[in-house]
Amino acid sequence: MFTYTLRRLLLAIPTLLVISLVIFLLVDLAPGSPASQIPLTVPAEVRMRILEAMGANEPIHVRYLLWLKQFFVVEPLVWVDATFGTAFSEGMQRILSWQSRSPVFDVIVERLPQTLTVVGMAYVVGVLIALPIGIYSAYRQYSWFDQIGTFVAMVGFSVPTFFTGLVLILVFAVNLGWFPSIYNTSLRVTDWESFVAQVRQMVLPVAVLALYNASQISRYMRASMLDNLNQDYVRTARAKGLRERVVVLKHVLRNSMIPVVTVIALGIPTIFGGAIITEQVFRVNGLGALLIGAIQASDLPMVQTLTFIFAVLIVIFNLIADVLYGLLDPRIRYD
Amino acid sequence: MTDVPFQPDRATERPRSQWAEVWAQFKTHRGALIGLAVFVALVLFVSVGPLVWTRSPTYINPNAAEMILSRNKPPSWQAPLGTDQLGRDMLARMMAGGQVSIAVGLVAMVISMVLGTLVGVLAGYFRRLDGPLMRLTDLFLALPLLPLLLVMVMLFRDPLARSLGPEGGTFLLIVTAIGVTSWMQAARIVRGEVLALKEREFVLAARSIGTPARRIILRHILPNIVSPIMVSATLGIASAIITESALSFLGLGFPPDFPTWGRLLFDGVEYIQQYPARVIWPGLAISLIVLSVNYIGDGLRDALDPRIRGR
Repeated sequence: MFTYTLRRLLLAIPTLLVISLVIFLLVDLAPGSPASQIPLTVPAEVRMRILEAMGANEPIHVRYLLWLKQFFVVEPLVWVDATFGTAFSEGMQRILSWQSRSPVFDVIVERLPQTLTVVGMAYVVGVLIALPIGIYSAYRQYSWFDQIGTFVAMVGFSVPTFFTGLVLILVFAVNLGWFPSIYNTSLRVTDWESFVAQVRQMVLPVAVLALYNASQISRYMRASMLDNLNQDYVRTARAKGLRERVVVLKHVLRNSMIPVVTVIALGIPTIFGGAIITEQVFRVNGLGALLIGAIQASDLPMVQTLTFIFAVLIVIFNLIADVLYGLLDPRIRYD
Repeated sequence: MTDVPFQPDRATERPRSQWAEVWAQFKTHRGALIGLAVFVALVLFVSVGPLVWTRSPTYINPNAAEMILSRNKPPSWQAPLGTDQLGRDMLARMMAGGQVSIAVGLVAMVISMVLGTLVGVLAGYFRRLDGPLMRLTDLFLALPLLPLLLVMVMLFRDPLARSLGPEGGTFLLIVTAIGVTSWMQAARIVRGEVLALKEREFVLAARSIGTPARRIILRHILPNIVSPIMVSATLGIASAIITESALSFLGLGFPPDFPTWGRLLFDGVEYIQQYPARVIWPGLAISLIVLSVNYIGDGLRDALDPRIRGR
């Protein structure tokens, strides 16, 4: 198990390098380069100086290596400095956003809490709803509960989040006026009143994303439970005279959770990147909104860094899911 | 061995072709049948509809005074779904938008299936290609797809629109971008099927009489992996339509005078408080077509699986 993890970690390095190169080249070689954004009326000399100031006049391999160094060496050092008060990164150049001229990572750290509270909460709620539904609809297969659950899961899976979000806004914000339609990022929770306001503005986005996540996870849970309910060991457990609750919630559930746990782990990266649309619908000022804004402003360093962070998360959680699978299921041997 | 009672109806029944069997099984899946009906209805709506309802989706009254009077009309006999903020007929726009949305779904699905089948067959059949191609597939699976799609559309839209025209350029770009980023699941499924098929006796027989690899793949392998490809193709249409409308919804899709359902939804969001219908109709259309396609895929998966068929 340990050697497997080590091997996968080592394999992740070339994967990430190739991904970073792909992202860098795609963004950089595209026709919409920063040089074409500068108006043609700007004199050639000034244009050169602008490009120089942005660091966009260097050859591409120099910029790629510089960006790699900044991402993997300078930024971690800055983080170490900020935590322990040391000065390793003194005088080193950080990745700067072309939009605001401030370090990209500072902006990301600023936006991260919004994404984590709304989208992370939605994922937790989604999982908590999905598991009991999946368990019960597998236990009572083809009952009316199962039929309705399957249909709702299909709808939640098929209807795009921007439409469910808009419908919820129409019903609960425009017609009923129960919840605000726009997420107020500057709200600080200081007392009971502001806490209630925070909860009220979180209800709609969390509901939309939770429905979407729950519909996927509940289907996995149901399928996995169905696989296990027909196994011989279930019959043995019942024949021993164990109570039904023990059979289902201990024996079957534990075995069924193995694939579901990995599915849940695989979905975590989407918390950071996949909720772009929902953030846009409810105007949550998180990472997704940051990415959209950076794309529209041709802020190449920001786009490259954010996209690469999403890729790193996907690779890491793929690895975690595989290792978890091996840890949870002794039948899986990687070595 | 006990005597099997003679069954006259079964004995006289003519042997049915494979597709008749598949259809017989498909018919038993109620959701899939309803899905098929909804899908056909929507396709008819966008293809035959414009022949019946001949108003142009881009017609704006050139007379400024009449144009202002024709804006934001509620549903009436002249315009059953009302008109938008420029006085364009919403029903005609829904039909035109549906044509593009469905076309994007179909073409992107074809691209991703061709790519996926190609990669899957090559990786499954030729052992030497297996490693590199599967690493490539894993690499694509690790890419953050929606951000990359957004970046691709943003960066390549204007140059392509300049060289191929705004409609053709955007269509080509979006279809290619979606196709290139969605072939991985199909490739994995196809590879698995090919790996198993390759060891079967009929392939061995074909190889032992000297059939070249190209012909084994075309004559023996491909016809046997049609079922999984069809299922993932159906589900591919659904995800392509969703991706396209998500791009349009983020303002990075088609131009406004070349609407898709996603674009109509995006245009309607601004007026959601006054004219909610303008958001509801396109959203409902997207949801219905995706739901129907997903149900068809579900039914097809059961119908094409010979282990389930006949039960």
